[in-house]
Amino acid sequence: MAENQRILVCAGTGCASSGALPIIDVLNDEIKRQGLEKTVSVVGTGCQGFCEKGPTLVIEPQQILYTRVTEEDVAEIIEKELIKGERVERLLLVDQATQKPVSSMEDIRFFAKQHRIVLHNCGVIDPKKIEEYTARDGYKGIVKALKGMSPEEVMEEVKKSGLRGRGGAGFPTGLKWGFCRQTPSDKKYIICNADEGDPGAFMDRSVLEGDPHSVIEGMLIGAYAIGADEGYVYCRAEYPLAIKHLGIAIKQAEEAGYLGNNILGSGFDFHLKIFEGAGAFVCGEETALMASIEGKRGMPRVRPPFPAVSGLWGKPTNINNVETWSNIPHILRNGAEWYGQFGTEKSKGTKIFALTGKVNNTGLVEVPMGTTLREIIFDIGDGIQGGKKFKAVQIGGPSGGCLPEDMLDLAVDYDTLTQAGAMVGSGGLVIMDETTCMVDIARYFLNFSKKESCGKCTPCREGTTRMYEILDRITKGEGKEEDLDTLENLAITIKETSLCGLGQFAPSPILATLKYFRHEYEAHIHDHKCPAHNCTALLSYSIDVEKCKMCSLCAKNCPTNCISGDKKTNTPYVIDEEKCIKCGTCIEKCKFGAVTRA
Amino acid sequence: MEWLTLTIDGREVSVPKGTTVLDACRMNNIPIPTLCHAPELTSAGACRLCVVQIEGMRNLPPSCVTQATQGMKVETQNPKVRNARKVILELLVANHPLDCMTCQKMGDCSLAEYAYDYGVTGEVYQGEKRNLPIDSGNPFILRDQNKCILCGKCIKACSEIQGKSILDFSHRGFDTQVGPAFNLPYNESDCDFCGSCVSVCPVGALVEKQMVGKGRPWEVSKVQTTCPFCGVGCNFDLNVKDGKVIGVTSNPDAPVNGKALCVKGRFGMDMIYSDNRVTTPLIRKDGVLVPAEWDEALDLIATKLGEIKKTYGPNSIAALSSAHCTNEENYLMQKFMRAVIGTNNIDHCART
Repeated sequence: MAENQRILVCAGTGCASSGALPIIDVLNDEIKRQGLEKTVSVVGTGCQGFCEKGPTLVIEPQQILYTRVTEEDVAEIIEKELIKGERVERLLLVDQATQKPVSSMEDIRFFAKQHRIVLHNCGVIDPKKIEEYTARDGYKGIVKALKGMSPEEVMEEVKKSGLRGRGGAGFPTGLKWGFCRQTPSDKKYIICNADEGDPGAFMDRSVLEGDPHSVIEGMLIGAYAIGADEGYVYCRAEYPLAIKHLGIAIKQAEEAGYLGNNILGSGFDFHLKIFEGAGAFVCGEETALMASIEGKRGMPRVRPPFPAVSGLWGKPTNINNVETWSNIPHILRNGAEWYGQFGTEKSKGTKIFALTGKVNNTGLVEVPMGTTLREIIFDIGDGIQGGKKFKAVQIGGPSGGCLPEDMLDLAVDYDTLTQAGAMVGSGGLVIMDETTCMVDIARYFLNFSKKESCGKCTPCREGTTRMYEILDRITKGEGKEEDLDTLENLAITIKETSLCGLGQFAPSPILATLKYFRHEYEAHIHDHKCPAHNCTALLSYSIDVEKCKMCSLCAKNCPTNCISGDKKTNTPYVIDEEKCIKCGTCIEKCKFGAVTRA
Repeated sequence: MEWLTLTIDGREVSVPKGTTVLDACRMNNIPIPTLCHAPELTSAGACRLCVVQIEGMRNLPPSCVTQATQGMKVETQNPKVRNARKVILELLVANHPLDCMTCQKMGDCSLAEYAYDYGVTGEVYQGEKRNLPIDSGNPFILRDQNKCILCGKCIKACSEIQGKSILDFSHRGFDTQVGPAFNLPYNESDCDFCGSCVSVCPVGALVEKQMVGKGRPWEVSKVQTTCPFCGVGCNFDLNVKDGKVIGVTSNPDAPVNGKALCVKGRFGMDMIYSDNRVTTPLIRKDGVLVPAEWDEALDLIATKLGEIKKTYGPNSIAALSSAHCTNEENYLMQKFMRAVIGTNNIDHCART
């Protein structure tokens, strides 16, 4: 039995909602019962990334990952792993390619190709303890800056690193800081944008939950370089755990002298507050975000003036998102050259992606910029669920675009993806298989965008609703010949005339699907067929008389009694299409494959 | 003043530094449609109808909030720009009642004017339409939110002209509305009924209630006049049809007040035709007020004041002057009291 073992239980929002928190209690009780409390400690960590297999726990130092753990498994894990040094085979991950269980994290494909810089502490430390952060070189970046670097040198280092904004647009961070630094003012602000609102993206939440001090340290370094003495973290109220952990971290940092006046005796002052957003997607747009902090309705305004000139309360303000801030301490600690070795020529460092959809391994993955989509989806993600065929990947949330199979070898970086009609955006990666209808997917994203439009500018307010209505009609089989031209003209106009990013990128899912999957639109409109057999209104069910054994199971289970037939009189079973609600029950019930869907 | 030269639709024009592209166009008689822009209000850049194409700029920037720069190349009428404007107008019209025949704003509606200019059919986008109640619970302003195009000018007029800030947007996206807090009707809100919102509304969403059904813009002659209600000297246009004043509208060129007016000036002009209006001096004879000639009335006052002053002294007389009067009239009144009557007993209804 190894000495000083740690059991790292993922207590991030994903695993907590699948029951991780009671597991921690049961583990502690069991360890006490076995008298192991001196050599074994249990740590509730932030997100370990492997959300789909949660609750997960890792035994250290052996680096053994257990997945989908329940309270009932605890006694067995302690008995075998901690006392006998054996594995609990049934809780190990099964590799989809080899169909064999893998125990060590090094051998797990999900982790093997990742390179964790921002997630360096996530899932490893207890985010509620500042000493665990400092034990892993935490706050060394700000110490280095304050003790030996001028603000200009700090800015230069960040510029040299090539770091670009992780909020989506990829603007060079050092350059952005420079604009704010150059504006003369008696007061400057910095803001951390934690209003992560894209459906399917949760990396900012995980970083705040799992490693909040890294964000604070990044902001401290930024404030020093820019000359700001006050900062806000604008975090959506839907992230209670992130807000809680960040609140604890701010308090600890204040007590430790990293936040407040005269930090570490340097004469540099910095105060940090949390501002809870009220749930509007548009408040992730920087001018709307600032309006919201000022107590106004969260609506974007035209730029210029840019926030670097006139931002929060009219003062020069610099806004970066969580992931960007979290990169900064690593750059300061290890230097720009070290950082520059990761990524591509124009997109340096790593990027966290939230891998979701029809892929075997879903969760948070951090990879060097330039990794191909294929590597992310088929190596880290371990391929498509149920052995189905890959169809498309939606990159960058509702503002991004869908890319088809022949673009899987694209290297993921800002410029390549934008050129292809998608965007890095928030880093959401939604994987779709052959059963996904691309018109329906565009409709889904437009439904999101139309609900989240703030209503200020005409094209976005009125146009997103009209685009949605056209898509909705097409998926119901009511598409018209002229719809595609109307849709395309509308989408391009909205893209080119909307006030903020929400409107400018709201048509992206349509433009990308029209570009790569136009035939699916045409099939809906011209043939009244949904090639993915997804759009209910376009499906028709029929019974193959040859295969039908007249067992009557379909008829008995049909909720609308639309199937009739009789074995005694040898009347074949038929479906009354008028009454059929296309629920698919008959297909599920038929044991002979006699019911077909077209 | 520093000047810059830019090219608009192939034509070189010079404008002072700090001019927007929209103003540069308008100074040179190049038409640009706008719905949310008003010279007296800050620019929102919200309706996006004023978009133009500018060489080297991404997308189609709105001219109202884009500064003209040296050497800038602007196109205001190319097919791409006109198509974008047409789409925006189609979108607005798709969510706007087409009851123009009975709309009070007919003939003075910016949306109708541009829709005509751009060949908008109203048939491109068929779908959901708003169906909100009409706010007619007050005597002054008729508010039909179904006609509102959400340009936001009324909100800005309320906060930037009147300083009341009772209006703002509520709800999101397609459901966005403009109104007082909690979407109360105007008469239950803190509204003063200054009508500044009405004066900037480009469509029929906010109209002067008393003018509804009284006359079309082309039937009405506008007579600029000074408001008789107080001494500020606001100017406005009397709207006259068939020799009768049917209402008041702002005159943007009014030197004192611009488009701003108060509730009395904008909505109180029906007093002209009031049966209760006093049009001749009245003298009480045997307990009854009887109409009299001005000479008779003035003689009576002079005699009475002389008698009182003689019997009881000048300090037995006091005068209260009125905010209805001009400054000059008020000056004369105090001069009369001090120099002719010989007392300082002079006061004014708006003194505090």
